[in-house]
Amino acid sequence: MASLEVSGLTKSFGATHVLHGIDLAVEDGEMIVIVGASGCGKSTLLRIVAGLETASSGSIRIAGREVSALEPAERDIAMVFQNYALYPHMTVEQNMAYGLKIRGLPKPEIARRVAEAAGLLGIGPLLARRPRQLSGGQRQRVAMGRAIVREPKLFLFDEPLSNLDAKLRVQMRAEIRRLQRRLGVTSLFVTHDQTEAMTLGDRLVVMHAGHAAQIASPMEIWARPADTYVAGFIGSPAMNFLEGTLAEGGQVVALKAGPVLRFADGPRAGGEGRPLTIGIRPEHVELAEGGIPLPLDLVEPLGSETVLHGRLPGGEALVVKLAGPGPGAQSLPVALPAAALHVFDGETGKRLDP
Amino acid sequence: MRRYWSSLWPHLWLLLGVLIFAAPIYITLIGSTHDASTIGRGDVPLLPGSHAVENYTAAWVSGGSGRFTVSPASRMLLNSTIMALCIAVGKIVISLLSAYAVVFFRFPGRMIAFWTIFMTLMLPVEVRIIPTYQVIVSMDLFNSMAGLTIPLIASATATLLFRQFFLTIPEEYVEAAKMDGAGPMRFFRDILLPLSVTNIAALFVILFIYGWNQYLWPLLVVNDRSLETIVVGMAKMIGTGDAQNEWNVIMAMAVLALLPPVAVVLLMQRWFLKGLTETEK
Repeated sequence: MASLEVSGLTKSFGATHVLHGIDLAVEDGEMIVIVGASGCGKSTLLRIVAGLETASSGSIRIAGREVSALEPAERDIAMVFQNYALYPHMTVEQNMAYGLKIRGLPKPEIARRVAEAAGLLGIGPLLARRPRQLSGGQRQRVAMGRAIVREPKLFLFDEPLSNLDAKLRVQMRAEIRRLQRRLGVTSLFVTHDQTEAMTLGDRLVVMHAGHAAQIASPMEIWARPADTYVAGFIGSPAMNFLEGTLAEGGQVVALKAGPVLRFADGPRAGGEGRPLTIGIRPEHVELAEGGIPLPLDLVEPLGSETVLHGRLPGGEALVVKLAGPGPGAQSLPVALPAAALHVFDGETGKRLDP
Repeated sequence: MRRYWSSLWPHLWLLLGVLIFAAPIYITLIGSTHDASTIGRGDVPLLPGSHAVENYTAAWVSGGSGRFTVSPASRMLLNSTIMALCIAVGKIVISLLSAYAVVFFRFPGRMIAFWTIFMTLMLPVEVRIIPTYQVIVSMDLFNSMAGLTIPLIASATATLLFRQFFLTIPEEYVEAAKMDGAGPMRFFRDILLPLSVTNIAALFVILFIYGWNQYLWPLLVVNDRSLETIVVGMAKMIGTGDAQNEWNVIMAMAVLALLPPVAVVLLMQRWFLKGLTETEK
């Protein structure tokens, strides 16, 4: 159990800069999810913390101890790999015990830890089997078990759920979360799946092009995304973005599509005509008599809700999510409630608060 | 019925193939049970004769009785076995280690080293036989088991095969081993070797037979009777010109020479097939 501090971490492969100065402080027992599209540097960050890659600059401290110069095995961490990396010629038990054996732990201690972890994960009956005799979910558990027996200061998960089918993924997700809470081990979890990120993390790190675009709790990120990238990445279906300009002394935005919307929370800085990007989540768009007409071109029924795709008069796409079955109409009048608007700078994409 | 007829042709072809492969062996086997004069007349008997015991005894104990007597087969079989084992095991050990170095380590000159090894594929012993001979003589290894085997051990084929196999091993195993704290030799012993077992077995079969069949090099580097191998010995029993050969004993010797490789193939067959077809990943 320990804290993790990453500061000023950069990584370049030759002329390619993968990480541009990552700062992150993880508290004892916290579960941090690093999320981002592929190629954003999230796996590289995890591998640097693991010691499988070396950073170009910056420091990593686990429980206050600088570990940059240490071998992976000396960092007191455990990692769960994407394809589990269970040794195929060893039984489940040998797989779990291997790291402890190398560390020279006494046999009874190894047996105790393996039995304990196996009990915790419900894989006791599988101990004598080999990895290829196990199902995907069971392999996943064994990979977790191998990490747990080490009783590490830090757990690292490298997209461990991406090889499972959808149903099992949801189940294992909950299981990992429960287990992490119960063991109270500080954890870093890398994923590209925003649902996984939202449900698992105490806090999220949204990575974009080698930067940490935002580090905050899931709800904070959902409610107040720091820029258009984060806003578009978190939430499903993705947030709608509409172009507009600032008007009336910063009190309103004039959308390119026509309507003029008044800010609910106060004026934004900047001169008349400052370009803005207005974000609104599909679930926040309302149906209103006399609203903007939205001709629909696609209706996706999901059972409990319906996702409608349409185009505003200006030609911009707008996605609306409604509870219940969708309306039969070809065109709907919609309103964009002022309180649900997210205001971003039109050029930098950064969030603008009053 | 249709199925029956459609499988007839393939079976006929197979039968023909089997006959072509098996006939020489059968003739040798039968020939080794007749007396010298039957075969000396130029007959090719197709039924077993009654001289099996004396022919095999002659081959096993004395290595023939005529003008071209060689070491007894018992001695030569032992020599051949030691030589083939040394070559097979030596090749496997060396190529495992060099493939390990080339695939899993980053060091300056890595690719140069690999391609240098690779290039020796173009230089089998037969091509470099005179310089190799000179080196062995100047190292005082003439007429020794070491001189017999060492030049045949270094080879690129096995290194190449192991390299290709190692390249298919997922990077994650290496990383998982690093997290487990396994050093390079530990990884080699605990993870890489067990994963390579079937490949090693398959290669062993091929290399053992390669070693067993060596002719030119043993002929050249050994003239001590006690180190004679069976393949060379057998050839030496066959005189040239009008010489009266003891074909019956030669054939008995040939059958004896056949047995160890056959035994190796039969014993290792299961592993051999596994190594060629299955990957445990």
